[in-house]
Amino acid sequence: MELVNIFVRSAFIENMVLAYFLGMCSFLAVSKTVKTAVGLGAAVIFVLSITAPLNWLIYTFLLRDGALGFISPVFAEVDLTFLRFIVFIAAIAAAVQLVEMVVERYFPRLHVSLGIFLPLITVNCAILGGSLFMVQRQYAFGETVVFGAGSGFGFFLAIVAIASIREKLRYSNIPAPLRGLGMAFIMTGLMGLAFMSFAGISL
Amino acid sequence: MKIFRSILNLAKPHFEKGGLLEKHYNAYDAFETFLFVPGEATAGGAHVRDGIDLKRTMFTVIISLAPCLVFGIWNVGHQHHLAIGELTGVLEGFGPKMLFGAMRVLPIVAVTYFVGLNTEFAFAVLRGHPVNEGFLVTGSLIPLIVPPTIPLWMVALATVFAVVIGKEAFGGTGMNILNVALTARVFLFFAYPTYISGDQVWVAGDPGNFVDGYSGATPLGVGYIDGMDGLTAAAPFTYDLWNMILGTIPGSIGETSAIAVGLGALVLIVTGVGSWKIIASVLAGAFAASSLLTALNISPFQGVPAYYHFFMGGMLFATVYMATDPVTAAQTEKGKWVYGFLVGVFGIVIRVLNPAYPEGFMLAILLMNVFAPTIDYVVVRSNIKRRAARVLQ
Repeated sequence: MELVNIFVRSAFIENMVLAYFLGMCSFLAVSKTVKTAVGLGAAVIFVLSITAPLNWLIYTFLLRDGALGFISPVFAEVDLTFLRFIVFIAAIAAAVQLVEMVVERYFPRLHVSLGIFLPLITVNCAILGGSLFMVQRQYAFGETVVFGAGSGFGFFLAIVAIASIREKLRYSNIPAPLRGLGMAFIMTGLMGLAFMSFAGISL
Repeated sequence: MKIFRSILNLAKPHFEKGGLLEKHYNAYDAFETFLFVPGEATAGGAHVRDGIDLKRTMFTVIISLAPCLVFGIWNVGHQHHLAIGELTGVLEGFGPKMLFGAMRVLPIVAVTYFVGLNTEFAFAVLRGHPVNEGFLVTGSLIPLIVPPTIPLWMVALATVFAVVIGKEAFGGTGMNILNVALTARVFLFFAYPTYISGDQVWVAGDPGNFVDGYSGATPLGVGYIDGMDGLTAAAPFTYDLWNMILGTIPGSIGETSAIAVGLGALVLIVTGVGSWKIIASVLAGAFAASSLLTALNISPFQGVPAYYHFFMGGMLFATVYMATDPVTAAQTEKGKWVYGFLVGVFGIVIRVLNPAYPEGFMLAILLMNVFAPTIDYVVVRSNIKRRAARVLQ
């Protein structure tokens, strides 16, 4: 039951995009058509479900205060948490590269459909945000796996929704200065307003 | 009508090309088309059987809102008299109650229309398109979904926000993604929460004159805290089922009476302006969700039967007048079922599980407005896929 709660919370209540406004760059840039948005959304689910548990392992066994104690008691005092930003982003980049090679070799069709998005989201702040939230909220390993998948799903929902809205808006008589990104920003704000409906639900 | 025609004929030359007020032609056009278009339907041979257009659609909605407005005016007076302990009977003091209510409600209506129409006209003149009549409905919805004690400047601010950001930025009537009236309300709700939620705002008048022990809480608030025991508390402040259906309960101005909303729903469904599919599926979704939550025993509404939810808060009003908005709802027929059902489910989920917001339907409809294009996309895609498969066979 606890895992279901974490999934619902990370997908809806604490949606990466519409509650924390993380991952805006790809959210706004790749949401012009539903097709590419689905591709990017799938890639984010994929990468978040892999990198969050990976960084959990790195954090728990290498970075955490006293985590190095298993090597020798001398290191029991060492606290490397200050390195987490740089280590997490390096781990994410490495993992994405590795994943891309494996996917390209063994699942060429999936690789073609994900295309440029896989390397692109290495620098997506929603991905790094996922790892940092995992530390901040002190999730256990199982919870981290679910949290990663849930956050990815939340991103997927948000980007597919705004992509279908933007496809519809193409036929609207929007004032010239607002066309394109301007309207996407306004729409993101209004979507955030609608997603406020979940804020405060405690499961 | 002849008088209007002659006035317009008199004014027309000034607004036409070369006239003194040429820039304001669209403003003139708005008045002319409002009074005299559509002119006629074709008599035979052609396919135009009815001259129904946007204006008449909008006007049907306004007519269907009339029972809610009239009842709302009376109820504002009735709630005030209940609170001060005079003329507490439903049948007593019709005149004073209407008068009191009218003095509270009509200014809100006037401000909404004045501000909204000015914004609309300003955009029409600036952007050089004809004034469209979209605001007529929005303007009569906004006063019905705010508490009677709302300060008028807030109504004005919310109206401007909703019309400019919610509608004109998207290109005007028919282009908006979120329901405009609900955008106004949600703006008020998040910007000035103390003026639009809680126990103190639903009854007009000076709280100093209220009788002892009068709380002013809505059935939703009472039910959330005390469950069925609270709703059946001692007279004269009982909220039994009949009171809730009749609508003699505190709440936003136009939302309380299930009977008035039902009359409006009848008009909308018979004329085909509102989609019965959406109304039916919202009710189904809400009933399913509230039954499930009651059965699982995680609802704070202890002992309140699932169908009570229909008559508490703004659920029916939101379902009939806002969920069916043809612009922001799902456009495909299959999509309407999905859209409506999810509105019902999310509305009840927010109402029951979210302690921060007593009422959920406003937010549930906005949320589904956001996802309506996605639902349509999926329906259209699957349709294309199915038909393509048929061709290939």
